[in-house]
Amino acid sequence: MEQSTLNFIFIGISFAIYIGIAFKSRASSTKEYYTAGGGVSPLANGMATAADWMSAATFISMAGSLAIGGYDGSRFLMGWTGGFVLLTVLMVPYLRKFGKATVPDFIGDRYYSKFARGVAVVCAIFICMTYIMGQMRGVGVVFSQLFGIGIPAGVLIGAAIVFFYAGMGGMKGITYTQVAQYCVMAFAYTIPAIYISIALTDNFIPQLGLIGDYVAGGEYVPFLEKLNAINEELGFSHYTSGSISRIDMFFITAALMCGTAGLPHVIVRFFTVKDVLAVRKSACWTLAFIAVVYLTAPTIGAFSRVNLIEKLHETTYVDAPKWFKDFESTGQMAWVDKNDDGIIQYYGPAKSDTNSNTVFAGKAPAYPVAGSATDVLVGKHKQRLLTNEVITSNPNELWFGNDIMVMANPHMAGLPPWVIALLMAGCIAAALSTAAGLLLVLSTSISHDLMKKIIKPDLSDKEEVAYARVAALVSLIVASYFGINPPSAFIAKTVAFAFGLAASSFFPTLLLGIFAKRMSREGAIAGMICGIGFTMGYIVYFQFLGGTKEQYLFGISPEGIGTLGMLINFATAFLVNTVSPPPPPEVQKMVENIHIPSGAGEASEH
Amino acid sequence: MSSTNALKHRQACLVITLAILGIWFLVSLGCSILFREWMDLNMPPVGNAPFGFWMAQQGSIICFVLLLITYAVLMYRLDSKYGYLDSQHESIDSVDSLE
Repeated sequence: MEQSTLNFIFIGISFAIYIGIAFKSRASSTKEYYTAGGGVSPLANGMATAADWMSAATFISMAGSLAIGGYDGSRFLMGWTGGFVLLTVLMVPYLRKFGKATVPDFIGDRYYSKFARGVAVVCAIFICMTYIMGQMRGVGVVFSQLFGIGIPAGVLIGAAIVFFYAGMGGMKGITYTQVAQYCVMAFAYTIPAIYISIALTDNFIPQLGLIGDYVAGGEYVPFLEKLNAINEELGFSHYTSGSISRIDMFFITAALMCGTAGLPHVIVRFFTVKDVLAVRKSACWTLAFIAVVYLTAPTIGAFSRVNLIEKLHETTYVDAPKWFKDFESTGQMAWVDKNDDGIIQYYGPAKSDTNSNTVFAGKAPAYPVAGSATDVLVGKHKQRLLTNEVITSNPNELWFGNDIMVMANPHMAGLPPWVIALLMAGCIAAALSTAAGLLLVLSTSISHDLMKKIIKPDLSDKEEVAYARVAALVSLIVASYFGINPPSAFIAKTVAFAFGLAASSFFPTLLLGIFAKRMSREGAIAGMICGIGFTMGYIVYFQFLGGTKEQYLFGISPEGIGTLGMLINFATAFLVNTVSPPPPPEVQKMVENIHIPSGAGEASEH
Repeated sequence: MSSTNALKHRQACLVITLAILGIWFLVSLGCSILFREWMDLNMPPVGNAPFGFWMAQQGSIICFVLLLITYAVLMYRLDSKYGYLDSQHESIDSVDSLE
C-alpha cells in the first residue's frame, strides 16, 4: 500500500476516535462539561494535561534541535519539564484555592485593580500569540509533508482544520479526547525510537541504547563516543559538549522553566480539578506522562543524527535515498553541489576559516518560479536548483530544516510504512490539541477578561461568545501569517520566546501575589510592564531589526532574555512597592487564606 | 481553624517547598549546566554517557518526577496532620489516599 494512503487511513482513524469520544462523553454528562476534572481521576486528567502541554514544538522540533545541538538541546528538555516543579510547588495549589477561572482574574482581584487586569490580559495575548505562531508552523510542517506541498500551503490547510476543530467547542472540555490523543502521541514517539534503537544498538530500550554500544557497524563502540567522533570528523562541536556558552544555557533554561510556571493555558488546566490534593496528584501524573516522551526525545535526536550522516554524507546524489528527494521537493532539504562532484558533503563550522557552515544566503531555500526553463529548475544530477546566493567560503553542501528531523527519522531508518503513518497521526494530534487549547484561552482572554470585565460589563452571554469567535479568527489569521514567515528558523525557538515573555511577566507577578502579602498593585503593575517590555524589546530588536550577536547583553541570546526580564520585574516591583501604600486589609486576608489548602470549593466557570 | 495552626502549617509548607526547590536547582541548573564540566570529569559515567551530559538529558527529568511525587506525599501528610484535608471536616466523598 502507498505511504500516503496509509497516512490518511491512520489520521482518519485517529480523528474518528477523537470525535467519537467527544460525542459519547458529551451525551452522557452535560454537567461534567465545565468541571472537566470533577468526575475524572487525577490519572486521566494528568494524561489529558500532558496531551495539551506537548505541542508541535515538543513533538516535532525538540528532537531536531537535540540532533543538531546535542548537549545544547538539553535546554528544552530541562526547561519544559523542570518548569512543572515550579508550577506545582509555587503556583497551582494556591491559584486553585483562590478559585477563579483565568489568570487575569487572579491578578485583577489580588492587585485590586482593573488596570492590573488589563495589563495581564495584554501579556496573556502576547504570550499565547507567540505560542500559537510556533504551533501553526508545526501544523504547516506536518501538512506539507502529508500532501507533499510547500509549508505556506500546509499552514493554511492546518489553520482551516484548527479553526473547525476549536469551533467544535466541547472538544477541549472533554478530557477523554485528550487522553486518546496522549496515547496516539506516546506510541507515535516511542515506537520508532524502539525500532531504531534495536537496529543501531541492539537494545530495545532506547534510553539504554543511548548510553550503550553502537553495533550496526559490526564492531562494538560506545554510541556517544561514535557520535562525538563523527561530529569531530565533520567539523561540529562534540555531541556531549555543545557550543552554547554556559551563561546563555543557564539563562535560556531558567527562562523556559519560569515561563512554564507562568503560562496561562497550562495554569488554567489545573483550575478544573476537584481540590488542592487532586491538583498535586494530577501534577505528578502529568509530569510522569510528559517524561515518557521527553526521555525518548534525546534518543531520537542522537539516533537520527547518526542515520542522517551515514545515509547522506559522501553519497552521490544519484544514489541518495528516495526520502531525501521527497524532502527536497517540499523545500525542507536542499543540496548545492559547490565542488561540482555530484556527491553530497555535509560539514560543520570548524571546516572553514569563517567558522560557519551556511550553504546559501538567506534563512530558507528559494526556488525559481515554476515554468522556468528546465536548466534553471533542475541541475545536471537532476537535483532541485535554488536561486539563493551560494556561500562558497565553506565546504558544506547540505541544508535541512531542523523541524523535519522527527518526521525524517523513520524514513532514514527504513521503518515500515505503518510506523510512519502513526507518527503523522501523532504529529497532528500534538499540534491540534495545543493549538486549539491556546486558541480557546486566547479568545476567552479577549471576550471574558477584556470585553466583559473591563470594557463592557453589561455584555450578554451571546455577545461574549460572538466576541470570542471573532477573536479566535483574527488570532488564527495573525498566527498563520507568522507561521508562514516565522520570527525564527525553527519552531522550538519561536515557542521559547513565548516562554520568555511568560517568565518576565506572569511568573514574578503571580509569585509575589501569592507569597508577598505586602505587594501593592503599583509594584505589580510596574513590574509586569517593565519585565515584558524589556523582554519584548530585546526579542524584536534581535529577531526583526537586525541586531547582531556581538550586541548581546552579557552574551545572552533573545531566547534566554526572559530570565533577565524576570529579574527586572522582581526588582521594579520591590522598588515601587517601598513607596506605595500597602494593599487593603481584605486583600491581605485573602492572600493568607489561599495558603490554607482545604475548602477549595468548585472552580468557577468561564 | 485557629490562626496559629495556619501559621505553623504555612511554615512547615515553606520548609518543604524550599527543600524541593533546592534539590530541583541542584539537579537541573546545577549538575547539568553550572558544574557540568566538573561532573563530566569527576563523577562516574552513567553507562557510556558522561555524568553531566546524562543528567542534562535524562537524569534531571527522572529527578523532577521523583520530586513531585515526594512533594505530593509530604504535603498530604502535612495537611492531614494539621487537619486541612477536605475529607476530615466535610466527608462528602472519599479522597483516595496517596500512601
